[in-house]
Amino acid sequence: MTTLLLAEHDNTTLDPQTAQALTAALALGQPVHVLVAGTGCGGAATAAAGFAGVERVLLADEARYGAGLAEPLASLLIDLAAGYGAIVAAATSTGKDVLPRVAALLDVMQVSDVIAVEGPETFRRPIYAGNAVEIVRSGDAKLVMTVRASAFAAAPAGNAAEIVAVAAAGDPGLVRLIEDRSVASDRPELTAARIVVSGGRAFGSKAQFDALLMPLAVALNAAIGASRAAVDAGYAANDLQVGQTGKIVAPDLYIACGISGAIQHLAGMKDAKVIVAINSDPSAPIFQLANYGLVGDIFTLLPELTAALGPAR
Amino acid sequence: MKILVAVKRVVDANFRIRVKRDGSGVELDNVKMAMNPFDEIAVEQAVRFKEAGVASEVVAVSVGPAKAEDTLRQALALGVDRAILVQHEGRTEPLGVAKVLRALAEREAADLVLLGKQAIDDDANQTGQMLAALMGRGQATFASGIEIAGETVRVTREVDGGLRVVDLTLPAVVTVDLRLNTPRFAALPAIMKARSKPLAKLTAAELGLDLSPRLTVLRTEEPPQRQAGVMVATVTELVDKLRHEAKVI
Ligand SMILES: Cc1cc2nc3c(=O)[nH]c(=O)nc-3n(C[C@H](O)[C@H](O)[C@H](O)COP(=O)(O)OP(=O)(O)OC[C@H]3O[C@@H](n4cnc5c(N)ncnc54)[C@H](O)[C@@H]3O)c2cc1C
Ligand SMILES: Nc1ncnc2c1ncn2[C@@H]1O[C@H](COP(=O)(O)O)[C@@H](O)[C@H]1O
Repeated sequence: MTTLLLAEHDNTTLDPQTAQALTAALALGQPVHVLVAGTGCGGAATAAAGFAGVERVLLADEARYGAGLAEPLASLLIDLAAGYGAIVAAATSTGKDVLPRVAALLDVMQVSDVIAVEGPETFRRPIYAGNAVEIVRSGDAKLVMTVRASAFAAAPAGNAAEIVAVAAAGDPGLVRLIEDRSVASDRPELTAARIVVSGGRAFGSKAQFDALLMPLAVALNAAIGASRAAVDAGYAANDLQVGQTGKIVAPDLYIACGISGAIQHLAGMKDAKVIVAINSDPSAPIFQLANYGLVGDIFTLLPELTAALGPAR
Repeated sequence: MKILVAVKRVVDANFRIRVKRDGSGVELDNVKMAMNPFDEIAVEQAVRFKEAGVASEVVAVSVGPAKAEDTLRQALALGVDRAILVQHEGRTEPLGVAKVLRALAEREAADLVLLGKQAIDDDANQTGQMLAALMGRGQATFASGIEIAGETVRVTREVDGGLRVVDLTLPAVVTVDLRLNTPRFAALPAIMKARSKPLAKLTAAELGLDLSPRLTVLRTEEPPQRQAGVMVATVTELVDKLRHEAKVI
């Protein structure tokens, strides 16, 4: 039976995590349809149709899907579910919000945060902040799973699958979006960036966080990340938190600055290819997994590092 | 207004767990257990609503072994009025727990159900969403702000792109995130008083529910371990290594 992948997008652009989740969806060994639900999201549908392996894109272009609310989206997925053996989404804040709702309505147990597909019913997923990996088998009639995008390579482009409009499902009208306070940033998106520079409690203030990390991020064309301590203290926006309860990243290079390396933080970045740690405490746990460690004061080392890298490339 | 709050007994967040040699699971003997940190935040929020006169009663529920009574006593010490333990030995799954919570939310005629966004043992992040679906009610996940005004609850949600504010019609389900509040510590007199607060015990079977797991855990493995690399002495050396050895910049 066909697999249905819920696309992640902001009505305008398709989130790159969709192409990574597609790789996981294809690994189930069945044809894949992609659902793009939103308002004015035709462009995202065209982008989804361009990925190799997609058989069909379902486009639900309706005002009720524009706000990304779980209730109408789940109703739509339930309407479509009869034709599918599996429903998949990237484990983004939308995927995590919508898919368990769908699973409960189908009376199946969701498999969360899959990092490898071992077979059509067997999956690997991290538990305990990534300190253990569980291999689980789903015996339910339908499979509902969210996928940790960073664990999968993006499906290649090179396709022009058909795009079929689907009728909207009912809207239970239980939730209303009052305000969308999306943070606009000129930095690359955290989960898609090749390089991430991340700051912790050591920065002491938002002003110093910005003043030290921003030039470094610009010099490296990097995304900015933060520890929970830095977000809690207001140095960085909540959507920059990396870790067990924030975003999971696996960039080529992760530079942790003034971050101690608590297990909850490591859960979000330990799959980076190369990890650099800059910390004044030589016994900070972050050094135990850093490829390159530099002991010292971020207030002197970061400006030095930015200067050494030369102008932005 | 009545609030139901779900609390799970989990391995303490500061405890470094070990995978059993034979791959049959995680070592749970002689391990420090605690209330799931997100649930402490949910309890704190419920108690604040009670103190502010917004809620008339707060009831805590846990699905778990007899020992989960400790977790419920902790919730009672933090200001919860009453507790219900649904005894169940062995693994619980979000779907089963959601069914139990639905049955109790109905029985108690709860107006608001508060849960943590995620249990730090299974990291599933499902139960609240499943509960809202089963109740046919609205959900607001990852809350960093909750206000109640009449029949409406306004929730600020932490999402990937920033923040979103939503209004839900009560009854509703809200799952809480870390920045909602800072939980208090229970004072000794409150801990003493909690011993005599009502705690009811029942089983899933008494609610007509079957909690047998749907997922079979075939194996539990140690994740691949990273090795520590080298220490560099200067920024110049670091840049050189990144350029010529790691070739990442
Ligand atoms: C349920 C739960 C979930 C959590 N989820 C997350 C999560 O998703 N992400 C996350 O990050 N955390 C998470 N945490 C929090 C985590 O446990 C740590 O508290 C947090 O990661 C610490 O942040 P930090 O390293 O910035 O601060 P600290 O641990 O305080 O470390 C600061 C570091 O800066 C160094 N330092 C100080 N001054 C300087 C200087 N001038 N120059 C250089 N170095 C300096 C210090 O030596 C220290 O190592 C969670 C916790 C719980 C309980
Ligand atoms: N066994 C349980 N007993 C009580 N509450 C639970 C239980 N399991 C999960 N929950 C609640 O559901 C939330 C999310 O858990 P999960 O979906 O397992 O990540 C937790 O923070 C708790 O509030």
